[in-house]
Amino acid sequence: MNEKKKLNLTLKIWRQKGPGDAGRFVECKAENISPDASFLEMLDVVNEGLVKRGEEAIAFDSDCREGICGMCSLVINGKPHGPELGTATCQLHMRTFQDGDTITVEPFRAKAFPPVKDLVVDRSAFDRIVAAGGFVSVNTGNPQDANSILIGHAVAEKAMDAAACIGCGACVAACPNASAMLFVAAKVSHLALLPQGQPERMRRVAQMRAQMDAEGFGNCSNEYACEAACPKEISVRAIARLNREYLKASLCSEE
Amino acid sequence: MTLDPKVPEGPIEQKWDKHRFNLKLVNPANKRKFEILVVGTGLAGSSAAASLAELGYNVKVFCIQDSPRRAHSIAAQGGINAAKNYPNDGDSIWRLFYDTVKGGDFRSREANVYRLAQVSNNIIDQCVAQGVPFAREYGGTLSNRSFGGAQVSRTFYARGQTGQQLLLGAYQALMRQVGRGQVQMFPRRELLELVVVDGAARGIVCRNLITGKTESYAGHAVLLCTGGYGNVFYLSTNAMASNVSATWRAHKKGAFFANPCYTQIHPTCIPVSGDYQSKLTLMSESLRNDGRVWVPKKKGDTRAPRQIPEEERDYYLERKYPSFGNLVPRDVASRNAKQMTDEGRGVGETGLSVYLDFSDAIKRLGEEKIKEKYGNLFDMYHHITSENPYQVPMRIYPAVHYTMGGLWVDYNLMTTIPGLFCLGEANFSDHGANRLGASALMQGLSDGYFVAPYTLGGYLASAKLGAVQSGHPAFREAERAVEERIKTLLAVKGKKTAVEFHRDLGRLLWDDCGMARNAKGLKEALAKIPAMREEFWKNVDVTGSGEELNMTLERAGRVADYLEFSELMVRDALHREESCGGHFREEYQTADGEAKRDDEKFSYVAAWEFKGVGQDAQLHKEPLAFENVHLAQRSYA
Repeated sequence: MNEKKKLNLTLKIWRQKGPGDAGRFVECKAENISPDASFLEMLDVVNEGLVKRGEEAIAFDSDCREGICGMCSLVINGKPHGPELGTATCQLHMRTFQDGDTITVEPFRAKAFPPVKDLVVDRSAFDRIVAAGGFVSVNTGNPQDANSILIGHAVAEKAMDAAACIGCGACVAACPNASAMLFVAAKVSHLALLPQGQPERMRRVAQMRAQMDAEGFGNCSNEYACEAACPKEISVRAIARLNREYLKASLCSEE
Repeated sequence: MTLDPKVPEGPIEQKWDKHRFNLKLVNPANKRKFEILVVGTGLAGSSAAASLAELGYNVKVFCIQDSPRRAHSIAAQGGINAAKNYPNDGDSIWRLFYDTVKGGDFRSREANVYRLAQVSNNIIDQCVAQGVPFAREYGGTLSNRSFGGAQVSRTFYARGQTGQQLLLGAYQALMRQVGRGQVQMFPRRELLELVVVDGAARGIVCRNLITGKTESYAGHAVLLCTGGYGNVFYLSTNAMASNVSATWRAHKKGAFFANPCYTQIHPTCIPVSGDYQSKLTLMSESLRNDGRVWVPKKKGDTRAPRQIPEEERDYYLERKYPSFGNLVPRDVASRNAKQMTDEGRGVGETGLSVYLDFSDAIKRLGEEKIKEKYGNLFDMYHHITSENPYQVPMRIYPAVHYTMGGLWVDYNLMTTIPGLFCLGEANFSDHGANRLGASALMQGLSDGYFVAPYTLGGYLASAKLGAVQSGHPAFREAERAVEERIKTLLAVKGKKTAVEFHRDLGRLLWDDCGMARNAKGLKEALAKIPAMREEFWKNVDVTGSGEELNMTLERAGRVADYLEFSELMVRDALHREESCGGHFREEYQTADGEAKRDDEKFSYVAAWEFKGVGQDAQLHKEPLAFENVHLAQRSYA
């Protein structure tokens, strides 16, 4: 195998024992890292070393490691999911970094994402926002034939662009107000664009927004930092649609 | 104990309808008296939990991730099959049934497969009604594409993210019920014991992964929807948290484990590149609609792919299987890739890969069209390998992807423990010895939306279940067992990490119980696994404590279960002296290297009963009868 030059790095990692404890940056070395390894695989190597030395591994979330489950997080050198556009941390590869680099690694920070341990935070607020209205109310049963609902190609593609959200929370971590507008906008846009679920369209947007506020997320001040951080590159135009939907619901809702 | 699959009498087309009529019903007012525990929130778990809650049952749902939306179904890429026949290309319920039985190499239960094909159409209707954004034609109708093992286009898809969109549909249905208070959601919980009272499954004991506390939950029935065991191989396309523990713990409590040796090695994955790798990444089978698989005709040809002229390339799938071409089933495609690399015609730095080339399709359709169909897959490939697949062919190699084996279930999806149901990949039911592409999503949602909601009602209406609370002594005992085990793991303080044990076990299984198996290798593995297990309990190193989030401890517990489970998997592979589907025994092959079944001796489901760690499990056989699809040597030529 072609021997690629291995990387030796210094990590400044946020360590925090538990929700009530004070956190701090701890420096540690990541040595002999393959440039083809992903960022999380680099952390795996560091953790193996820590356990071998009898120390506790750094807690971080990850699951699919294919950029689709939304479980991984991390703010790397000040950017949620690191420096590459349209890339979740698990798909960020070490070839992006130079030998000798110092890399700062922090959790997603937001009032509505309380810390759990080290780099792990609690993002269940997102689930509660969906539970408040992010669905089409249709029971399992015998709905009409799928092709009896016609949806034009362009509309289906637009809905899919919004539905691609993986619910990771990078938009919140990137926003100076820790707003969840892009997350909410993605779901509202996906469903508002489609003919299914139209009767509850106004109710949906009103309830999801109300839950977002109740969870302690901030407001949107058009920074566009969310779009830049989004690993699925969901456009802030979704937020414009959310605002239109919300305004319409505020003015026209019969409820 | 004799296995009763409880397949209803009558012609296969009428079995499910008649059975649904014969199942006893629980009246609406009584449904709310029942407490159902659903473990796992992939397609099967989410869809079952949502549907049961809609019916009025009280449902408690448990998942290992921080949110039910993250279950590994989300990573399924290519699509979901249904017998809609929208393209008018001759599809039918019968054809989907036939293709699935044949694709599974005649090792599945006909009645289950027929039901799966029957409800496949309802699934698409249901998902569209939920707002799943499937791909559409300009006129607004649904698009289809082709998958392996079929000559019709019956696969529905949402770009390369079909699993994500279907799961989000089921997740949203589930969260709607959470909002209504009909479902209580328990994320970051790992099932560590099943609780059986008076012979029936009555609850679970799990670890709260955040606090480390042992928690007990009682109910009238338990649904295990915890996915497959592919991660026993260490490297697979499964997510990090996917594991065998839930089904293995149930097996130890009396649920038979069926066909554990049937594992699917997916032909199109990104090849292994180094020791640091934590997982392998799948490139969807849908890519074989437009990509052509080839290797150089000459051994050891190290020229860059574009330098190799057309006449010096071997498009071996198209050459050997002209009717199906690049879309042969997965087991066939994987085995052929292995043959090519074994012959020394593999490509890339390691020689352990073959090309999947899109240049013809790009010429024919244009880069834009290819981007629209597979954009996210091409990006993913580019990220991982730093090679641009629009310019150079992808390099792919088989990797462990799916497990057809799982807990044995009857026609009602109930295991050998009354009240314990098993859905989705976690059961063994529908795919025989090889699953066809785009059928896993179909099965998960079929089990969850359209089968379990009926059959569970039938069980609850006829079982006489007394009241059991989580204070029952059986729960205390299970809690003690869980805590004892965690204490033991933490107390070993050895020198080797759980990850190292896992990697060693995975390598052993890949070599001896992987794409090709033989008696000698399997016997060697059977000798090595108990020794490895013994070393684990003497020398594993787990840091941190049991009273907090401790991922090192979680991993160690799962590896401990793999070290028990793997022995059963290898034993099953050794006992099955034939080749079928994904189980390829080198001793049993045809002259041209295809799998050679032995229907006389092995036309049965092997269901194993647990007899103790290190003891030989007891084999029970469920004979398979093929009354509708006639047994034949599979041919895709």
